Amino acid sequence: MLLIKLQKYSGSLPTMSDQQLVLFALILPLAGAIGILLCGSRPNLRETVSLTTAATVCLVIVHIYSRFHDGALLAVDIAEPLPGLTIRFELESLGMLFALVASFLWLITSIYAIGYMRGHHELNQTRFYALFAVAIGSTLGVAFAGNLLTLFLCYEILTILTYPLVAHEGTDEARRGARRYIGILLTTSIALLLLAILITYTITGSLDFREGGILADKLDPAWAGLLYALFIFGIGKAAVMPVHRWLPAAMVAPTPVSALLHAVAVVKAGVFTVLKVTIYIFGTDFIKNSGASDWIIWFAGGTILLASLVAMTRDNLKLRLAYSTISQLSYVVLGAMLATNMSLLGGALHISMHAFAKITLFFAAGAILVATNKSEVSDMGGLGRAMPITFGAFLIGSLSIIGLPPFGGMWSKWYLGMGTVETGQWLLLSVLLLSSLLNIAYLLPVPVRGFFGKSRDGTTYTQVREAPVSCLLAMVITSLACLLLFFYPEPFYQLALNAAGGK
Amino acid sequence: MIEQNLSLLLVVIPLLSAPVIAILPNGRAPWLITLVVTWTCLAIAGWQLSAVIDGSVISYELGGWAPPWGIEYRIDVVNAFVGMIVSAIAAITLPYALRSVEKEIPLHQTSLFYSLFLLCLVGLLGITQTGDVFNLFVFLEISSLSSYVLIAMGEQRRALTSAYQYLIMGSIGATFLLIGIGLVYVETGTLNMLDLHHRLHPILDHRTVHTGFAFIVVGIALKLALFPLHLWLPNAYKYSPSVISVFLAATATKVAVYIMLRMVFSVFSHDFVKITPTSHIFMLLGMFGVILASVAAIYQEDVKRLLAYSSIAQVSYMVLGMGLASTLGITATLVHIFNHALMKGALFMACGAVVYRVGSSRFLNLNGLGRQMPWTFAAICIAGLSLIGIPGTAGFISKWYFMLAALEHQSWIIVLVILLGSLLAVVYMWKIVEIMFLQPATASTQAVKEAPVSLLIPMWILIIANIYFGFNTELTVNVADKAAEILGVTAYHE
Repeated sequence: MLLIKLQKYSGSLPTMSDQQLVLFALILPLAGAIGILLCGSRPNLRETVSLTTAATVCLVIVHIYSRFHDGALLAVDIAEPLPGLTIRFELESLGMLFALVASFLWLITSIYAIGYMRGHHELNQTRFYALFAVAIGSTLGVAFAGNLLTLFLCYEILTILTYPLVAHEGTDEARRGARRYIGILLTTSIALLLLAILITYTITGSLDFREGGILADKLDPAWAGLLYALFIFGIGKAAVMPVHRWLPAAMVAPTPVSALLHAVAVVKAGVFTVLKVTIYIFGTDFIKNSGASDWIIWFAGGTILLASLVAMTRDNLKLRLAYSTISQLSYVVLGAMLATNMSLLGGALHISMHAFAKITLFFAAGAILVATNKSEVSDMGGLGRAMPITFGAFLIGSLSIIGLPPFGGMWSKWYLGMGTVETGQWLLLSVLLLSSLLNIAYLLPVPVRGFFGKSRDGTTYTQVREAPVSCLLAMVITSLACLLLFFYPEPFYQLALNAAGGK
Repeated sequence: MIEQNLSLLLVVIPLLSAPVIAILPNGRAPWLITLVVTWTCLAIAGWQLSAVIDGSVISYELGGWAPPWGIEYRIDVVNAFVGMIVSAIAAITLPYALRSVEKEIPLHQTSLFYSLFLLCLVGLLGITQTGDVFNLFVFLEISSLSSYVLIAMGEQRRALTSAYQYLIMGSIGATFLLIGIGLVYVETGTLNMLDLHHRLHPILDHRTVHTGFAFIVVGIALKLALFPLHLWLPNAYKYSPSVISVFLAATATKVAVYIMLRMVFSVFSHDFVKITPTSHIFMLLGMFGVILASVAAIYQEDVKRLLAYSSIAQVSYMVLGMGLASTLGITATLVHIFNHALMKGALFMACGAVVYRVGSSRFLNLNGLGRQMPWTFAAICIAGLSLIGIPGTAGFISKWYFMLAALEHQSWIIVLVILLGSLLAVVYMWKIVEIMFLQPATASTQAVKEAPVSLLIPMWILIIANIYFGFNTELTVNVADKAAEILGVTAYHE
């Protein structure tokens, strides 16, 4: 509903060609960042610029979506750095889905960040907002990337730009976390992903995304598994174990960063890349026929379970959510590896469904931190009665992650489950079901304890108030979205369906 | 006719200006003349490159003596490309030099300094122009001798010992080169490169030729600081005046790489490489150089020394590319000559800016400097990314070609070494970034201001070039590709 309304507004944008539109969407965050830097000394103006940029980008993306929906070819070549290899941006269904999710949630996070950053008295806020904007810009670059080279370019830019955001606090702990973050992400991308890209290029002479893949007739199926493994582990952002440890390390960042970047933009850029490589570089038929994912699929399955188990042992709420994210990311990776229409549909859908649910959880965690300065789950007994909106939002987000109706998270799990049934992978189906139970075990205790538990020293929180209004507003919007997506999963369903090849 | 004379002018103008500057009064006049000379050289070199880019050759007979008896200047794409790099770096360094030299060189030495700088430029440009091996040796000595003195002009007294160290090593290298040239001359009776190439061809299996080749390769390897003959370089770069670090790091070793390419592939030949273990030696030393120099860089406590070790590693990549001895390998080497000049030039300029403000390049004195000098810090970050080979920077293009060449060779160990080299570069660059960005500023760094604009502008020209040539490779890759062809290297066959 909201989307339709926005589409009407976006019609009033100055008329641009489709190419300009794509460029505009990519440049806008950068221009916003410069604006933010210029207004650094006046916080109110700065936040206005930040919000305006986020809103404009969101509108532009919606406008792009309506053009895309009409069947327009939205593509633009920027440069040709290597003979025959271009920097090219081109919209397709999967990228459209990712861009919609990222830009919409950026807008919500911008609202949230104002309350959080002020409430928590963070330093260097100008740098924070500016980098945040550029990071989203490069996320859109990942979403729009028209070939593997462009995707890799934006992927690396995203890694580097988020480093100062992770190290934001400047404490020893932040420094260690940030070092691990950049260390793992750069190492995997340079040592494995770049190698995989180069091998692909050497074999095929191309890095284009093509329906049905480019490797099919050119790579000896015996080597497909190895190359696929190079891609899967090279895409460190997908956090398949054992290259997952950067994500908990990144939790030292301020909560809006954890919420948007490390629950939506950065991690989803990882699984998005996995999906792109699976569908457009390998091709689903080639994956199935060559058995490329036969053994590596167990890494994804193992990650789903192990990360859930680890999440149960973490008392720090953000860390618990981080491990939960690792587990949920592997759902998407699993969907890619099963390579059936159903599983790909589930995987692609999970990008959006998980994004809305997980960002709600992070918003709640941040709101608790701002309002009470508490970050450990065991300290949160009884808090729910003082902060009903926050804990209510947390509950909704949890239920959506678990995959219960009537919340959006059900759909993606449903189709992923169908994918395992379709391929007869009963063991993987039981992994999925078991993981849902584990989700219940580590997520629900938080609201349960909050509403029905008692604090350790028996105090009742009469002094505690809810977090600032902007934080609450953001939470309410995303949790309502979780609910809405159950009844009305458009446009994500159609886009995911297109990407999965079920046009 | 004008074309041929112009080529000579590229060497003659700085050669004649040098003594004129030496007798000028100290102050800004020497700088101004040097500036004009370097910009003129850049214009000529640019014209030269555009004239030969289609594959044609400019030949100039010195004094009207026909080759092979007289000295011939013979310019093809390879020379013109390297000559262009040298003069471009000189031209960009000069605006930077004004303030930096005023700070680091005593006033009474300025005219001497610029005079020597021009002599060094003459040497390096001469090497790229000449088609005569003995003439090449002479130019190499001109550039070396002037650089010994320039290094010795560094502020600290250790500059003298490092210049001395370099003098000894450099002279050994020059002697080896001369002995090698002598042996080859005995066998062929000629010094003209083209003539040598033809005359050597029937006698490639002679033992004297092999001995001469060995002497030549070792001599040049010393000059380009190939592992394990690299020990003179870190101190020479560290203690020399900042401007000289910039200029030498961006040009000197690269010109030595050019000499190696020219000698091995033009004077001798790709066929000769195939019948000797040259390839394997280059690959082996290159691999060791990449890994060991990168590891050594991690343990440095001084930015200049760190960058110096990184230079050794980067030159090792170029030697590795030569060792692969395929069109792709040579293309990679030539592209990297260009790109490395851009990134190292920028990094040493940033380092010089820090020295300008802080007076030292030791890590201890850099804590939290990123906030005080944001533009310099940003330059270090971007040039560092280029050094690592992150896409969107010039360094990525080099890395891409090195990897393609190694994959084509199906030499997995080289692939691993290149990747490991990149990862080690991440480590040592991040060390600088963390110290400047995350360490709390100390009392001494808090009062520091951003470097003057005249230092920042040349630095940022190089930084923008680093990004520009990461997207537009029409110049670099096309020229390198043609150059590889001219050097007579053939594509790799199993």
